[in-house]
Amino acid sequence: MRITTTVNGTEHEVDDVWPGESLLYVLRERMGLPGSKNACEQGECGSCTVYLDGEPVCACLVAAGQAQGREVRTVEGLADGDRLHPVQEAFVECGAVQCGFCTPGLLIAAHDLLARVPHPSDLEIREALAGNLCRCTGYEKILDAVRLAADRQARS
Amino acid sequence: MGDSPLRPDGTLKVTGEFAYASDLWHDDMVWGVTLRSPHPHARIRRIDVSDALTVPGVTTVLTADDVPGDNAFGLEHADQPVLASEFVRYEGEPVALVAADHPETARRAAARIRVDYEVLPAVTDPLRAMDPDAPPVHRPGNLVRHLKLRRGDQTATAPVVVSLDFEVGMQDQAFLGPESGLAVPAEDGGVDLYVATQWLHVDQRQICLALGMEPERVRLHLSGVGGAFGGREDLSVHVHACLLALRTNRPVKMSYNREESFFGHVHRHPASMTYEFGAERDGTLVYARARTVLDGGAYASSTAAVVGNAGTLGLGPYRIPNVSVDAYGVFTNNPPCGAMRGFGCVQAAFAHEALMDELADAVGLDRVAIRQRNGMQEGDRNITGQVIDSAAPVAELLQIVADLPMPPERSAESDLRSLPGAVGNTTHGEGVVRGVGYAVTYKNIGFSEGFDDYSTARVRLEMTGGEAVATVHTAAAEVGQGLITVEQQICRTELGVERVVVHPKNTAVGSGGSTSASRQTYVTGGAVKAACEAVRAVVLERAAGLLGRPAGDLRLDGEKIVGLSGEVLTGLGEVLGDDAVEETVEWRHRPTHAIDPETGQGDAHVQFAFSAHRAVVDVDVELGLVKVIALDTAQDVGKAINPDAVVGQIHGGSAQGMGLALMEEIVVTDGHVRNPSFTDYLIPTILDMPPMQVKVLEYGDPHAPYGVRGVGEPPTISSGPAVAAAIRAATGKPLRRVPIRPEHITGT
Repeated sequence: MRITTTVNGTEHEVDDVWPGESLLYVLRERMGLPGSKNACEQGECGSCTVYLDGEPVCACLVAAGQAQGREVRTVEGLADGDRLHPVQEAFVECGAVQCGFCTPGLLIAAHDLLARVPHPSDLEIREALAGNLCRCTGYEKILDAVRLAADRQARS
Repeated sequence: MGDSPLRPDGTLKVTGEFAYASDLWHDDMVWGVTLRSPHPHARIRRIDVSDALTVPGVTTVLTADDVPGDNAFGLEHADQPVLASEFVRYEGEPVALVAADHPETARRAAARIRVDYEVLPAVTDPLRAMDPDAPPVHRPGNLVRHLKLRRGDQTATAPVVVSLDFEVGMQDQAFLGPESGLAVPAEDGGVDLYVATQWLHVDQRQICLALGMEPERVRLHLSGVGGAFGGREDLSVHVHACLLALRTNRPVKMSYNREESFFGHVHRHPASMTYEFGAERDGTLVYARARTVLDGGAYASSTAAVVGNAGTLGLGPYRIPNVSVDAYGVFTNNPPCGAMRGFGCVQAAFAHEALMDELADAVGLDRVAIRQRNGMQEGDRNITGQVIDSAAPVAELLQIVADLPMPPERSAESDLRSLPGAVGNTTHGEGVVRGVGYAVTYKNIGFSEGFDDYSTARVRLEMTGGEAVATVHTAAAEVGQGLITVEQQICRTELGVERVVVHPKNTAVGSGGSTSASRQTYVTGGAVKAACEAVRAVVLERAAGLLGRPAGDLRLDGEKIVGLSGEVLTGLGEVLGDDAVEETVEWRHRPTHAIDPETGQGDAHVQFAFSAHRAVVDVDVELGLVKVIALDTAQDVGKAINPDAVVGQIHGGSAQGMGLALMEEIVVTDGHVRNPSFTDYLIPTILDMPPMQVKVLEYGDPHAPYGVRGVGEPPTISSGPAVAAAIRAATGKPLRRVPIRPEHITGT
């Protein structure tokens, strides 16, 4: 089937999509946007988190057909050209990125949290990011990064 | 050196541009999938692939008959078939391969391969597998290694005796980036493999044997690695992707899904341990006796070396004059086990630390004091008779964690989300009790028992656009820990050049050894340092020729050549001109030695690293739920080349140890894995991890480059036993098995 989806502001038309393909597969393998990651493809780890019409979802759990005519925003669409989003900057600066496989999903989840709750408490950060597994960092520096991004957003 | 520059791959990783192995793509590429055995043990009578070949879109189907070289691989012993031909020995063993134009096509075709199995009884109890009359998983016998360690008086007795049995379940590395690779056939008949791995050259050696091809034609390139933790030391997609690429003459991508990842890599060895300590009435250890059985699963992998650690380091960082240890690794028809962060020391630490708590109670000492009384000090001999010839701050590390501020007591106003059960709203605090636990460890760094543990570095210095540029080329795998940054930092320090390019990692340079055993900053760092020194010596020789002065009177300072009193004599650009200076160095740490097979005595290890943890837990004794409130640690890292990366390793390593204590286990019954998914195999989330206080000591090791001491593994070893101890302290239950499950706490 043919699917037309707007991804990061650009309309993508993709042919020959199987009904069983996930949005994640179509983004990664058919649109050349591998930023969203394929760690579990079961909706358990959050590494494929993207915005679908402004709502964070696990792209692995969305059938590609469900994205027809809708707006997707992935990690590739967070930066403003060469200028990193404050959440991205904070992840790099705080050492919240080690292997980085969980990072794209965490960035979307953190970005969404800070849009809804500009000054989250630690418990609010933990609740918001509990669906995103990270195996490298022990999460301490991820918390640091979200706190720093919140501070920067408040100042800007 | 000693500051924390931003990692060069950080920006790529936050923008989604960093290419992990599963992101690779090639024109005209096809997808490979693996058909795996559903049986833990069976004889293969016949394989019929004809039906699979009729599926539209299928390019090829391969079985064991299509393996051109040795149908066997393995890290230490080549005992594992590339594709099973006669027998399958564990559930998930690869049997056949399919390549097709879509991964789903390949999976459907694989399901149409008919394998006629004669199911055989499976050997799944490692203790029974040791019986001489147990059916052999391989011939002859099921013993991979028996390590005997005898020191001092074997008949020693003591007035205070404590003993226990302890079990550790099977933990998984659970790296997030799945096993993936892209094999591209080359014009010379060889193959280029882009793959996520921990050691390119040991992969290359095994692939060459299986393909029957010389190393020049099998070129490996490190792709982006999404975590490793030991699970990428053994081969996964490597040979399979190459076989398919060479057969189809098309680029082949393989990428496991999460379920297949659980079958596609080795796990941490489950352990059964029986320990006994004898001590004076003041708590001073007199003797230790220990017996450890590690379930190696169906193939050897690195079991022999894991047994080495479980034996030689298996009594912890304590001074014990009389010792008798037997450590065994055995074959079973369970999933193969091999390397995972902490490598044999993790299992042992649960036993020796639980026993130290018993001993403390028996002699009336507190749990810090009993460890301090018996803790190793510099100059002591360990249980293999090796002198600890650098800092051994056991007592100090314990004191530091004991003195760190405690988390606030829980009160009626505390947020419910901080209770056990977290956001599940399972309790309002009734039945919740608090406990505190301590643990300490020491871990060998680098490869031991006489292994030729080296790394190779090529460093090139040249002028580009009027600026000095150094290029560092090693084959040492960056798996997320930050090695690339450390290579840059060392090169900047040694050559004073600001612009340092780290060359992509591949087999075009000599081996960097494994990214494991906490060894890369030490060994590859040592190699980079040595290669920089060699480059500097050539530059100064050249400058000496130009200036007519002895090279010994010259120094390289940034981009200038200066004399003894610091006067600038000429510029680096003048010395180099259009010529690059390039030096390649193989660097080795101090040799280690095999241990005596009868006594286990010998200088087996090159370096030791020490860490201590204090855990504070709240336990809901009615529901059996645990919330770790604090997990604080102190570790001696010798020298923190990159302090942020060091602390990051300590955080992450502590989380993995905590995970094993509380929730992480591959459940295997009758040889079948029951939970191969992130739904059922639980790893700590951000809600499970407590805040951590980390204190880093820097007692430089005089024998190591810059004094570094390996960092990555110790936190995984001491955090778990501290958590287990805290739960025992809270509940008063003995809890002799990890992970500690709710039913262990509630007794139901």
